[in-house]
Amino acid sequence: MKQRIGVFVCHCGINIASTVQIERVVEAIKEYPGVVHAEDYEYMCSDPGQGMIRARIKEKNLTGVVVAACSPTLHELTFRNVTALSGLNPYRCEMANIREHCSWIHKDVDKATKKAIKIIKTIVEKVKLNEELTPLSVPITKRALVIGGGIAGIQSALDIANAGYQVILVEKSSSIGGHMAQLSETFPTLDCSQCILTPKMVEVAQHKNIKLYNYAEIDDVSGYVGNFKVKIRLKASYVDWSKCVGCGLCIEKCPTKVASEFEQGLAPRKAIYVPFPQAVPNKPVIDREHCRYFKTGKCRVCEKVCDLDAIKFDEEDDFVEEEVGAIVVATGYEVYGVQNIGEYGAGRYKDVVDGLQFERLLSASGPTNGEIRRPSDGQIPRRVAFVSCVGSRDPELHKPYCSKVCCMYLAKHAMLYKHRVPDGQPIIFYIDIRSDGKGYEEFVQRAQEEDHVTYIRGKVSKIYEDNGELVLLSADTLAGMPIELRCDLVVLGMAICPSSGVDELTKKLKIQTDANGFLTEAHPKLRPVESLTPGIFIAGCAHAPKDIPDTVAQASAASSKVLEMFGQKELSHDPMVAWVDEDLCSGCGVCISLCPYDARELEIKEGKRIATVKEILCEGCGSCIAGCPAGACQQRNLDDKQVIRMVETVLSRG
Amino acid sequence: MKVLYYPGCTLKTSAKNFEDSAVASLKVLGVDLVELERWNCCGTVYSLASDDLMHKVAPIRNLIRVKEQSNGDDRVVTLCSMCYNTLKQANEFFKEDEESRDKINNFMDREIDYNGDVEVLHLLTLLKEEIGFDNIGKKVKNKLSNLKVASYYGCLLLRPQNSAIDNAENPTILEDLFTSLGIDTVDFPYKNECCGSYNTVNAVDLVVERTYKIINSARSFGANIIATSCPLCQFNLDRRQKDVKDKYYDFEEMPVVYFTQIMGRAFNVKRKSLGFDLNYIDPVPLLQENF
Repeated sequence: MKQRIGVFVCHCGINIASTVQIERVVEAIKEYPGVVHAEDYEYMCSDPGQGMIRARIKEKNLTGVVVAACSPTLHELTFRNVTALSGLNPYRCEMANIREHCSWIHKDVDKATKKAIKIIKTIVEKVKLNEELTPLSVPITKRALVIGGGIAGIQSALDIANAGYQVILVEKSSSIGGHMAQLSETFPTLDCSQCILTPKMVEVAQHKNIKLYNYAEIDDVSGYVGNFKVKIRLKASYVDWSKCVGCGLCIEKCPTKVASEFEQGLAPRKAIYVPFPQAVPNKPVIDREHCRYFKTGKCRVCEKVCDLDAIKFDEEDDFVEEEVGAIVVATGYEVYGVQNIGEYGAGRYKDVVDGLQFERLLSASGPTNGEIRRPSDGQIPRRVAFVSCVGSRDPELHKPYCSKVCCMYLAKHAMLYKHRVPDGQPIIFYIDIRSDGKGYEEFVQRAQEEDHVTYIRGKVSKIYEDNGELVLLSADTLAGMPIELRCDLVVLGMAICPSSGVDELTKKLKIQTDANGFLTEAHPKLRPVESLTPGIFIAGCAHAPKDIPDTVAQASAASSKVLEMFGQKELSHDPMVAWVDEDLCSGCGVCISLCPYDARELEIKEGKRIATVKEILCEGCGSCIAGCPAGACQQRNLDDKQVIRMVETVLSRG
Repeated sequence: MKVLYYPGCTLKTSAKNFEDSAVASLKVLGVDLVELERWNCCGTVYSLASDDLMHKVAPIRNLIRVKEQSNGDDRVVTLCSMCYNTLKQANEFFKEDEESRDKINNFMDREIDYNGDVEVLHLLTLLKEEIGFDNIGKKVKNKLSNLKVASYYGCLLLRPQNSAIDNAENPTILEDLFTSLGIDTVDFPYKNECCGSYNTVNAVDLVVERTYKIINSARSFGANIIATSCPLCQFNLDRRQKDVKDKYYDFEEMPVVYFTQIMGRAFNVKRKSLGFDLNYIDPVPLLQENF
């Protein structure tokens, strides 16, 4: 068949046009064998651009389309859809990347133009040999797994469950609620965190579509989009929750006290404990590391006092397997440790607390019942300094990024402190005030004007203890004066980091993290809640530091992506997968060891060992093709003939 | 053990007591500090301006002298914090910036080409890592039990990161040394705060304020003597106490010595080598046990 290929060159505004001479490209490519039409437009991805392609396919009876524009990761799908709408097989359309691979990285206009022409010719050669393909179809298991029971996980689970699909929610601690359950009041409306969160926690526990595994962790994940198999480790709680009614007698009688994680170390808990009174589910677990019986072999007091025989010291970790079609990762954050900040005492000073500790001091259910008292001596602090950007925005020593919520919660802390201690003096040290949410700037203004919070622009260089007071050394950079300030309590707005253990989890899920350990989205603007692995979505602070409104919005967005998937009958899978020329395959099995997706396996066909391809698992990475010693493995629309033609074209003169 | 030693200008003049006490103490530890022949000015802080290669010539020339005299042991020990910092930073710069390295090497066409392979050590690092604080403890003859030493680091031992001999925010190397000598130490927050540095020339009052703060802070945390390794810090904290006293009549003076003077006293080296006559506030009454 004689090829009739159309080439469409995009200016991408000035992204391409400022470095590549579009006119010259069009002129050169028009003459190229097989090309019957070449045309340019400012924005090929826009409606007029797409319309142009559709019209030319029909008018010129094109058999192939090359769009010379950006990276295929951005718009390949867009243009293949355009091609399909015009009745041409979408796999007869390819992108020639003259932006990321050419205009963005070069300055010399002449050379860049020549390179762009080369790139386009190469892709024209590829399209000439492209087969017409049909996407593969994959069945979907319409159940979702949500990892993490903080506000992101809760919101995501509820959204999916309310749409009528089953959700497996896995939380590593014994109660859902996450860090939000620790907060006192929330900016910018000052509504109580418990009042808005606990009803949602109860809803999760009672929802007929949600199966909650608390005190559990992900052990292993296999499978692929639509068909994941998940092995979940149910950690031994040493309490039979089916018998326990939550009377609390065991907790009361337990002789061992440990610093409470929920109270951020400001109050003790017992070795058998429920993290906080509003916990869901409200069932205790035994902390094996601190339990007297597990440490010394003697005690068993909890067992003696339990009338229901719910204590089971011989319990072991259990495993369950679940099949799901989609996974939402909402593993949240932890606060960067004060021990990393030598100039603020590295955790030596009791009255230097972090933001979450101050939340507990403010909380009506906290260790001081909401009265603000210093951890060291229980006195009411008369002057409190709040320090922002501790560990954040410090690429040399700590974290390079902005932790996003500290400006706002410190304003809230100062405001709430002033409400509780009206004659107290709150002082905030800041670098910049970042109050970019709805109602946020007004909130900061209110802190300054109505609650008389003093804002000083300057980093704190040192904090030390002197005679029961804390001394802060800083500078007022607006007045140009050094500052030495004595105060009773210091609250540090510590950086927010990904939860520990996320690293291990991402390896099991085969999803990426960035340099700071946060989960990477598929595209920072256009695909913000998807991971690069199909079927795995991300939400909340696991992705980047964010406040509650943003977290909830992102969680709902992730659920809507899951629901978009569940709304389809089946999933389609890219057909550009590996295939095997069975006459050439010797059944050596090299491909099986090379395949990262378990897509290759050996079969006996007519008495001969053949390495076959499980097409649904194949991601078209090409490892097996490069590794096959017989050249029996090929990839659809990227076979040896095509690759050799493309290489020849790149290396040819002109 | 013999090791090359770069003194610098101050150690031959107002800080002669630093040099003498170091040389005498190290002899006790079996270390011979061999003075570099034909050394020149370290370059002081001028060479730290990164955009001016001319000022790097002085420190690099010293390092070339080390190469010439080293017999394969390419190490040089410094005592003065500022010499240490200047030589160390110039050397680090030379290792990293190939283009500037070539330029300076071409400029100094009568010298051998240098590529940054001399190791610049501060005496404290040598004591800690080569000799070991445990071994130092074994040489103690005098228990200086009435001392409460506040270690003052200043800035040049700790910053920038590529030249720091210890954690910049919470250094302990001096305290560790004194502990091994059986001497009580106090931790005080101003141990790494600025002494005022060269402002002592044209903004005396600024330095007076710093000295007042630093010494009062050391005293409030229980110290009766301050130890340092920087001649400029020593000058500001010691000599400026006269001006502090003029300004604050209730100010109580405190001796400020080099750490080697205390170490020498603990080893019971000859009083002459400790050079206490160069200290402005007399430390002898505190150190006179068994003198």
